[in-house]
Order: sequence, then C-alpha cells, then structure tokens
Amino acid sequence: MNDHETVTADLRLPDGAAGLLDGDPALLERLHAGLVREAAGRHLLDVAYTTVSTPVGRLLVAGTELGLVRVAYEAEGHDRVLELLADRVGPRVLRGSEPVADAVAQLEAYFDGDRRGFDLRLDLRLASGFRRAVVEQLRAIGFGETRSYAEVARATGSPGAVRAVGTACARNPLPVVVPCHRVVRSDGTPGEYVGGPAAKATLLALERG
Amino acid sequence: MQPFEKLVTDHGAMVLRVCRATVGPVDAEDAWSETFLAALQAYPSLPADADVVAWLVTIAHRRSVDLLRRRGRAPIPVDPPPSPAGTDRDRAAELALYDALRGLTERQRLCVAYHHLAGLPYREVAALVGGTEAAARRAAADGIRALRRVLAEEGVGA
Repeated sequence: MNDHETVTADLRLPDGAAGLLDGDPALLERLHAGLVREAAGRHLLDVAYTTVSTPVGRLLVAGTELGLVRVAYEAEGHDRVLELLADRVGPRVLRGSEPVADAVAQLEAYFDGDRRGFDLRLDLRLASGFRRAVVEQLRAIGFGETRSYAEVARATGSPGAVRAVGTACARNPLPVVVPCHRVVRSDGTPGEYVGGPAAKATLLALERG
Repeated sequence: MQPFEKLVTDHGAMVLRVCRATVGPVDAEDAWSETFLAALQAYPSLPADADVVAWLVTIAHRRSVDLLRRRGRAPIPVDPPPSPAGTDRDRAAELALYDALRGLTERQRLCVAYHHLAGLPYREVAALVGGTEAAARRAAADGIRALRRVLAEEGVGA
C-alpha cells in the first residue's frame, strides 16, 4: 500500500451523511406499491399476498394469477409459508393487497356474518392426488353443516381412508375458504384443526349463528 | 429461494440511497423502480449462492447509467421533496449533500455510492465502473474528501 492509500484508507462518509440520503419513510412504501402494480401488469408475479385480521387471528392470504392459492394461520408461520410458496409456486412473491382484494373482502364479510360462502377463483395446485379429492369433497359441505371424517372418506370413494382424510384436512392449503373446519369426529366433538382447536370452535360457533 | 419480497425489505432502502446518490433524488425513484422490476424479472434464474447486494447494485448501476446518458449534459435535478419529519437544518444539510454530490465527477459519485453506501469491495466497484481497483479506491477517496469539505461547512459529521 503506498502513502496515498494509507492516507485515504481512513476516509469515510461523515456520520449522518448516509441518513440524509434516506427518503421519507412513505416513499419506500409508495415505490413498493408501484412495483407491485407494475409487476402485476406485466404478469411478473408468481404470488401476491397480504394479511387480514380476523377473530381467529391474523390470516395470510396469497394468490396467483389463477386464483387464491393459500390461506395460512399464524401458527403455521407466515414466513415459512411464504418460503414454501416461493419453492412450490415461484420465487417472485410480493406483498400487495390489490391482487387478493376480493378474497380479503369476502373473508372479512364471512367473519362479520355477512357471507355464507365464497365466490372466488381457487388455484388448487398445492393439493394434488387424494388431498385434491378431499378438497373437492370439502367444498360441497355447506355453511353451518358438518361431516365426519368417515363420511368424507366414503364420499371420496375410499371408505378406509379416514386417517388420510384427517391428514388432508390438516394440510388443506385454503383453510376457512375450503371448509375443513366443518369436518368433525364421528362422536360430534370438533377434533383437530390446522388453526388449532380454538379456531375450529370459533368457526363452528360463527356458522351456528 | 427466498421470496422476492425479502430482497425488497432487506435492501430496498440501500438501493434507494445508492440511486439518490448516483442520479439525484428526483430520478432516483425511476431508477429504484426500474432496478427492482428488472431484478424481479431475472430473479428466478439467480444462482442460489449469488451475492444479492452485488447483483442488485449491478442492476441499479445499469439503470443509473442509462438515466444519466439519457439526461446527457442537462444538470441532475436535485430538488428533493421536503422531508416532513426533517428539521430545517436536516433540509439544509440534505441540499448541501446533493450539491456536493453534483460537484463530483460521475465516476467519483458512483465509487462513493457503491463502496460507502452499498458496501461493495473496491474490486467489485472497479468491475462496475471500469478501471483498476486502485483507481476506484482513489476516485472514492477523492469523492469523500470533497463531500466532507462541503458537509463540514453545514456542520454534518463535524
């Protein structure tokens, strides 16, 4: 290192100078919103997501261009769910409420008691094979009704697959919207739930009115 | 692969600072938007072990240079939007900083931004701006010296 570099090695930006280059905090938020808009317009988004506050906690609501792809409880770990979406669907994942606005509005109406069903395009790519068959059966269970795990197993044409129905419900990619909470034990007790037993009880009570 | 949102959360502010330093606060918004849009487009093919900061700064560099070329010899607009949270003194210092940056050569400005704001080593700065590592180090040092002189008069970092 020559003398010149020895002298200059100590030079740093003055304290506070970098901070002067920070925009006002709302600027980054505005740029982010513009990015989401532009990316959606150019079909560059694999997944857009937001979160919504509900009586069963904060739900992650994620969609693709094909439709709603994932609803997740906080207990599932929203960051982990987003990483799985990046792996399974595609890494171009951005936070943005506009692309999932319909799903959010319908979920809010459902929790307010103003809606008994969901009229949304669903992207069911995260449920394949038997799990997909179970999801299709779950969609046929109406608001306020319940079925037992055994009944759902029979409906899928695999009456012996009661445990597999339980697993499929636990891995339902679209809880609340695809009503796995309406599947209960044969003795009438609620049974397990991806959002925890309290959430299941809340949903069943909401639908009993 | 990380969701792209994580890159924006982790590095959005840094990229904005770099763009504000290289092309000024007005064009920085376009530079930021174009950078992240281009990054989003290319993201699926980014190698898993890539240095994300260097990658983002490389994209920002191309966008900034494009903007500077398009602007040609016209002066860089430096009228930053008033920061509502800032004091008058911050505002004066902010204007002084942009004034000082405008007084640097383009090369000095880029070297200061990429090394001192983005944290890239001089080897990578040189790969972006051309020339040797030692030349990039000198350009950044000359730039910093000039910035310190102007900012000292405004009482920043004194």
